[in-house]
Amino acid sequence: MKFGRRVLTPLFAAALAVAPFAAQQALAQGKAPLVKYKVVDEDSIPKSLTGKPGDPEKGKKWAIAGRLGHCIACHVMPVDEPYMGEVGPSLVGVASRYSAGQLRMLIVDPKVVNEDTMMPAFYKADGFHRVRKAFVGKTMLSAEQVEDIVAYLLTLKEEEKQ
Amino acid sequence: MLRISIAAVALAAFAIGAVSGAAADDKPLQPWERKENHVKPPKGSPLDYLVSGYWFRTPKTRALQDDDFENPAFLWVEQAESEWTTVDGKAGKSCSSCHDAVEKSMKGVSARYPVYSAKNKKMMAITHQVNYCRENYMKAKKWKWESDKMLGMTSLIGLQSRGMPVNVSIDGPAKKFFEAGEKFYHQRRGQFDLACVHCHQGNFGMYIRADFLSQGHSNGFPTYRLKWQKLGSLHRRFRGCNNNIRAVPYKRGSPEYTNLELYLAWRGQGLKVEAPSVRQ
Repeated sequence: MKFGRRVLTPLFAAALAVAPFAAQQALAQGKAPLVKYKVVDEDSIPKSLTGKPGDPEKGKKWAIAGRLGHCIACHVMPVDEPYMGEVGPSLVGVASRYSAGQLRMLIVDPKVVNEDTMMPAFYKADGFHRVRKAFVGKTMLSAEQVEDIVAYLLTLKEEEKQ
Repeated sequence: MLRISIAAVALAAFAIGAVSGAAADDKPLQPWERKENHVKPPKGSPLDYLVSGYWFRTPKTRALQDDDFENPAFLWVEQAESEWTTVDGKAGKSCSSCHDAVEKSMKGVSARYPVYSAKNKKMMAITHQVNYCRENYMKAKKWKWESDKMLGMTSLIGLQSRGMPVNVSIDGPAKKFFEAGEKFYHQRRGQFDLACVHCHQGNFGMYIRADFLSQGHSNGFPTYRLKWQKLGSLHRRFRGCNNNIRAVPYKRGSPEYTNLELYLAWRGQGLKVEAPSVRQ
């Protein structure tokens, strides 16, 4: 059984590289292997990680949820929540300032754009120092969740600002 | 006539502008922003001014600290006062056997800790020193770092430096420990990939969710933390921070945390010792 799993894992990874969109569906949330993505113009991932648009309703949930995106920990958002963070820029009207690809990049790995930022990478599984065992090799969000949040952020246009 | 009315309009507009400008300027400064609460940083400090964590807390929390009868940490301090004169261990000694009255012998001691011990060839926090005495002079069992007895004793000792400026040595043999602590402070860690510097240097006075960020000084420890409902050590706080950013914490009393304690003490060099403080 153990042997079988070991063989399966590389096969699975290979399948993922060839057909990421189908294989992605079978992945548990936030676990490696990751979907490969391409950075364009040093600040954008134009293509969806899942090959399709995310669900903005779900994205709003992940953006608020404490153990997932938790965007409101650091950013003000146009939602009815107490204690929104102030250390990051406001996300009110963010879709008028960034493209979908730029937003995806900033969620996936913002240090590609600004290496000094304190914003964590939400779709990165390694290269960290002393990660707690429960999180080793895992990403904070799954590819679907990243897409859901991108879809939600794209609804935050400037005119919604009151 | 026209000229006068234009002038009147201009004057009125100016007056309105002046009024609204004054209103913006009149926004009261928050306690941590007020100059009278600032302390001059040590030479080479990355901070423009130092301000105790005390000024980032609510008036209610500050009031708890201001009154020793209200401050819950004093329950531990009272226990430690009787512990000070209680014989323990095979040598038949108490703290007071060697140190007499705590008010005299321990005055100013916490303000200069942690210190380098040539005898032990290591950096010693006050907690290490208490256990060193217990094992070597009293022939008594060590106390656990986060035990009530240890927290009470280090608070009682800290209390004897209350109001005195933090004044640690970072030169000579302490230098390499200081540098290790400085490196720790700037090392990104955990899945959140954050270093101490990210929250406590550029972002104090701001919220991360419901947490209000201070400059992260150590002058109030041990502290009665309302969230803990208990007195707790600085190293416990370090562990909490590390855990929150999904990093593997170090052990309390570890060389890593002791080096960080030294570096932090220096960052707050000149702030008044507040042990045992009350924090949120």
